[in-house]
Amino acid sequence: MNPNFYVVLAAILFAIGIVGFLIRKNALVVFMSVELMLNASNLLLVTFSRVHGNLDGQAASFFVMVVAAAEVVVGLSIIVMIYRARQSANVDNENLLRY
Amino acid sequence: MAPTGLFPLAWLLIAVPLVSAAILLLAGKAANSWGHYLGTLAPIVSFVVALALFADLLGRPEAQHAVSVPLYTWIATGSWSIGVGLLIDPLSILFALLITGVGGLIHVYSIGYMAHDPGRRRFFAYLNLFIAAMLTLVLADNYAVLFVGWEGVGLASYLLISFWQHKPTAATAGKKAFVVNRVGDLGLTMAIFTMLAMFGSSSFEAVNAGASKMSPAWVTLLGMLLLVGACGKSAQVPLQSWLLDAMEGPTPVSALIHAATMVTAGVYLVIRSHAIYAQTSAAALAVAIVGTVTLLAGAWIGTSKDDIKKVLAGSTMSQIGYMMLAAGIGPIAYPFAIFHLLTHGFFKANMFLGAGSVMHGMNDDVNMRHYGGLAKVMKITYYTFLMGYLAIIGTPFFSGFYSKDSIIEAAWEKQPVLGALALIAAGITAFYMTRLMFMTFWSSKRWADGVHPHESPAVMWVPLVLLAIPSVIVGMVMNAWIAGWLAPAVGGEVPANPSWLPHLSLIGVVTLVVVIAGVGVAYMIFGRTSIPESVPFTRNVFTIIGRHDLYGDAFNEAVFMKPGEALTRGVVAVDSGVVDGAVRGSGALTLGLGGGLRKLQNGYVRSYGLTMIVGVIVVALALIIGRLV
Amino acid sequence: MTALLVPLVTGAAVAFWICGPIMVAAAVAMVLSRKAVYSALYLALVMVNLAIIYASQDAPFLFVVQIIVYTGAVMMLFLFVVMLIGVDTRGTLVEKVKGHTPASVIAGIGGFILLAIAIGRGLVGPAIGVEAANQKYGGNVQGLAALLFGQYVLAFEATSALLITAAVGAMVLANVERLTPKFDQTARAKARIEEYATKGVHPGPRPSSGVYARHNSITSPALLPDGSVSPDSVSAVLVQRSGLSDAVALAAPAKEAFAALDVAQGEDEEIL
Repeated sequence: MNPNFYVVLAAILFAIGIVGFLIRKNALVVFMSVELMLNASNLLLVTFSRVHGNLDGQAASFFVMVVAAAEVVVGLSIIVMIYRARQSANVDNENLLRY
Repeated sequence: MAPTGLFPLAWLLIAVPLVSAAILLLAGKAANSWGHYLGTLAPIVSFVVALALFADLLGRPEAQHAVSVPLYTWIATGSWSIGVGLLIDPLSILFALLITGVGGLIHVYSIGYMAHDPGRRRFFAYLNLFIAAMLTLVLADNYAVLFVGWEGVGLASYLLISFWQHKPTAATAGKKAFVVNRVGDLGLTMAIFTMLAMFGSSSFEAVNAGASKMSPAWVTLLGMLLLVGACGKSAQVPLQSWLLDAMEGPTPVSALIHAATMVTAGVYLVIRSHAIYAQTSAAALAVAIVGTVTLLAGAWIGTSKDDIKKVLAGSTMSQIGYMMLAAGIGPIAYPFAIFHLLTHGFFKANMFLGAGSVMHGMNDDVNMRHYGGLAKVMKITYYTFLMGYLAIIGTPFFSGFYSKDSIIEAAWEKQPVLGALALIAAGITAFYMTRLMFMTFWSSKRWADGVHPHESPAVMWVPLVLLAIPSVIVGMVMNAWIAGWLAPAVGGEVPANPSWLPHLSLIGVVTLVVVIAGVGVAYMIFGRTSIPESVPFTRNVFTIIGRHDLYGDAFNEAVFMKPGEALTRGVVAVDSGVVDGAVRGSGALTLGLGGGLRKLQNGYVRSYGLTMIVGVIVVALALIIGRLV
Repeated sequence: MTALLVPLVTGAAVAFWICGPIMVAAAVAMVLSRKAVYSALYLALVMVNLAIIYASQDAPFLFVVQIIVYTGAVMMLFLFVVMLIGVDTRGTLVEKVKGHTPASVIAGIGGFILLAIAIGRGLVGPAIGVEAANQKYGGNVQGLAALLFGQYVLAFEATSALLITAAVGAMVLANVERLTPKFDQTARAKARIEEYATKGVHPGPRPSSGVYARHNSITSPALLPDGSVSPDSVSAVLVQRSGLSDAVALAAPAKEAFAALDVAQGEDEEIL
C-alpha cells in the first residue's frame, strides 16, 4: 500500500479539523475538531513508522494519545467551568478579551 | 611700529567714555544731578588723549606714523587668531580727533538742549557708549574688532534714535535703522568670513598684504561685500531709507550720529580697505556709482522737504555720497574723501546744532514753513549757521569749497560722467541750502502768535561758535597738508606742490558758476515771493517724488517687505500644511491603522485561529518556495 | 497482514479503501452536525476506523489503545460532558464575523494542499514495513515496550506526571465550593415548626391516600372525618396526570354494604 494515500488521508482529516475548529461555535465541537487533528497527525506518525521501518513513530503516537487524554480531561473541565459560570458553551460568548 | 611713549595708554580713548557710560547706566537716579557733567567730561578726556597722541605722531618721522598697540589675544584657534589691538595711524587719529572733538562739543550742547528732559542721564550714557563704540571702530587694527565697534555704533544709534520711545514714530525709526543696518552688517560679516578663510586673519596688515594675491573674482566679491556693509552704515542707496527717519531722535543725536560720525563709518571702511579696491576696478567703480547715485538722491530729497532736519539729513546723504564717490575714484581721491569727511563733520554738526537751536526757540517745531525772518531774533545761531551754509555750498575759501572741489575735480578726471553728475549735484546743493536759508532765516516771519523765538543759552551757542570756526578755516588749514599726511595710511598719492590756496582749474570755475546758478534759482523762487505757510499743491513730478523720499520706503515695502511677508505666510502655510500635516498625518495614520487593526481583536477565538492558520500557511509557503529556489 | 486476497490487492489496501472514505465522511459530518452529541458519535466512528487502519499498518498495540483510550475513554468523557452541559446547546448559525466561513474553508483547503505537498515531499521511496522491527523483540507490543521503557523511559515517566497533574487539575477545576451551610435535618425541622408558628402550615406529614374496599391506588384520595375529600392526600403530579378519583363513588359500595349489614342486624334482633 503506497504511503502517499495515508498522507493524503491524514491531510484531509487535518484540514477538516481546521475547518471545524474555525467555523464551529460550540466549544465541545471545537474541541472535537482539535482531537480530529491530533488523530490525523497520529495517522501520519504510524504511516511514517512503517515507511522508515522502525517503531519510534508508533511510540510517538502513543505519547500523543497520552497527552491528548490529559488534555481532554483538563479541557473538558474548563468547558464545564465556563458553562457553569455563563450558562453557555458557545465560544463566541467568551470574547471579553477584545478591543 | 611698537608703541612707545603715550601710545600704550591709547586704550584710554575708548575706556574713558565706556566706563562713563557704565557708571551713568548703573548709578541710576543717584547720578541724575551730575551725570551729564561726567558724560561731557568723558569725550573731552578722550579728546585730550587723542590730541596728545596726534602731537606725538606729528613729531615723528613719516615712517613711524603707524603705531599698533596690541592689547590681548581675543580668539585663538588652530590656524588663525584674532587679537584685540589698536592701530593709531594718520587716518585713525584724524577720526579720533573728529569724533571726540565734535562729539565733545555736542555733549556740551546737549547739556542745554536736554536740560528739561527726564532721561538726560540715560541720554548721556548712550552718547558716551556711542563715542566708545565709534572709537573702537576707527582705532581697531583688524576687521573683527572693527566689527565690534560697528555693532556698538548700530546699537547706540538704535538706542538714541528711539530715545523718545514713547513716540511710536521714534520707536519705529529706531527699529528701521536697526534692521537696515543689519542688512549692511550681513555684507561686512561675510566679508570678514571671507578674509578669515582667505588670509587666516582679519587684521588690516594681513588683508592689505594678501589682497594683491587674491584671484580677481574673490577680491571683487570682497569689495562688493564691504560695499554692502558701507552702504548700510553710511545710508547709501539702496540702504538709505533709515537716515531720514532717524531724525526722530533728539537733535544732538542727529548731529553726532547722522552727520559727523556714524554715517562716515562706511567711508572709513572703504578707505581702510583701499588695498582691496586697488585690486578690483569693478568694485571701486561700484563704490563710485553708489556714491554718485546717493549724492544725487540726497540732494533731490533735500530740495523737496519742509522739515529742516530732513533737509539736512538729505544733504548729509548727499555729502556722504561725495565721499563715497571719492573713495571709489581711486588712490588720488582717498585723501579728499577723508578731507571732505572732516570738513563735513564740522559744518554739518554746526548746522544740525543750529537747527536744534532754532527748534529750541520755536517750541520744537521743525516745519520751515512756520519759520522765516529768524536772522534778526537768533543772531548767533544765524551767523554760525551761515558759516555752515557757506561751507557746504562751496563758497571759495570756506572749508567745503576745498574738499568738495577736489572731489569733483578728481572725479572729472577719472570718471567724467560721474564728475558731471557730482557737478550738477553741487548746484542742487546750493539750491536747497539757499532755500533752507530763505525759509528759515531770511524772508518774512511766519511763526504763530504764541511762539516767541529767542536765542539759546550759552551752553548751546558756545559749541555753535566753536564749530563755526573750523567750518570756515579747516579747509584752508588742511588743504596743503592732508594729502601728504594721509598718503602712507591710505595709499594715496602725494600732490606735487601743495598749497593752502585752491588751485585754479577750468572745472573749479565751472563748479563755482553752477553753485552761483543754484543760489540764483533759489533766490528767484524763494527770495522774491512770500513763502506759503502750508505745503503748496504741485504737479511737479520731481517735487512729489522728492517729498516721498524718492519712494524708497515704498520700494522697500513692495520689493522686500511684501514678498517677505508673502514668503513668511508661505512658510507658515508649508509649516502648518506640510510639516504639521506630516506629523499630524502620521499620527492620524497610526491612529487609523490602530483603529482598523483593532477590529481584528474581536475577541473571537475562531478569528484568532484563522489568523494563526493563515500565518502558518504563509510561513510554510515561504519555506517551501525558499527551498524550491 | 500481507496475505493476498486478490493479486496486487493487500488487506491494508482493502482496509484503507473501506475505512478511509468512511472516516472522511464521518469527519465532515462531525463538523456539520448541529447537535454536539451527533458530532461526538461521528468522531467516535472516525476513531474506530482509524484504529482499523492502525491495525492494517502493522500497529496492533496502537489499534487496541486507540479503541480503549480514544473511543472508550476520551469519547465517553465527551459524551458525559455533552450530557452535563445540555444536549441542546446548539451553535447559532448567525455568523458574527464577516466573511469568516468562506475564509476558513479556503484556509482549510490551503492547509490541506500545503500539508499534502509538504509531507508528500518527505516520502523517499516505498515503505520498508515494520515487520523486521516487530520481530526484533518478538512482537509489536514487545518492540514498543522496549522503546517506551528503554529509550523513551524519561518521556514515559514525564507523561505519568502529566496524567496525574491533569487528573488533579480536573478535580480542582470541577470542584464547587459550598458557600452556604448545609440544609440538614435539624435545620429542616426548625424551619417546619417556624412555618407552623408563623403561617400555620401543618407541621406533620400529609395524609396518606385513601384505602377503599375495592381500591387502594395512591391516586385515590382520602376522606376526612366529615366525609369530604382531602386533596393533600394525593401527589400533585398524579393529580396533574390523571386527575383525582371520585372518592365518594369509591366509598359507595362500602356504604351499601354497611347499610345492608344494618338491615340484617335488625332482622336478627327481630328473630331473636
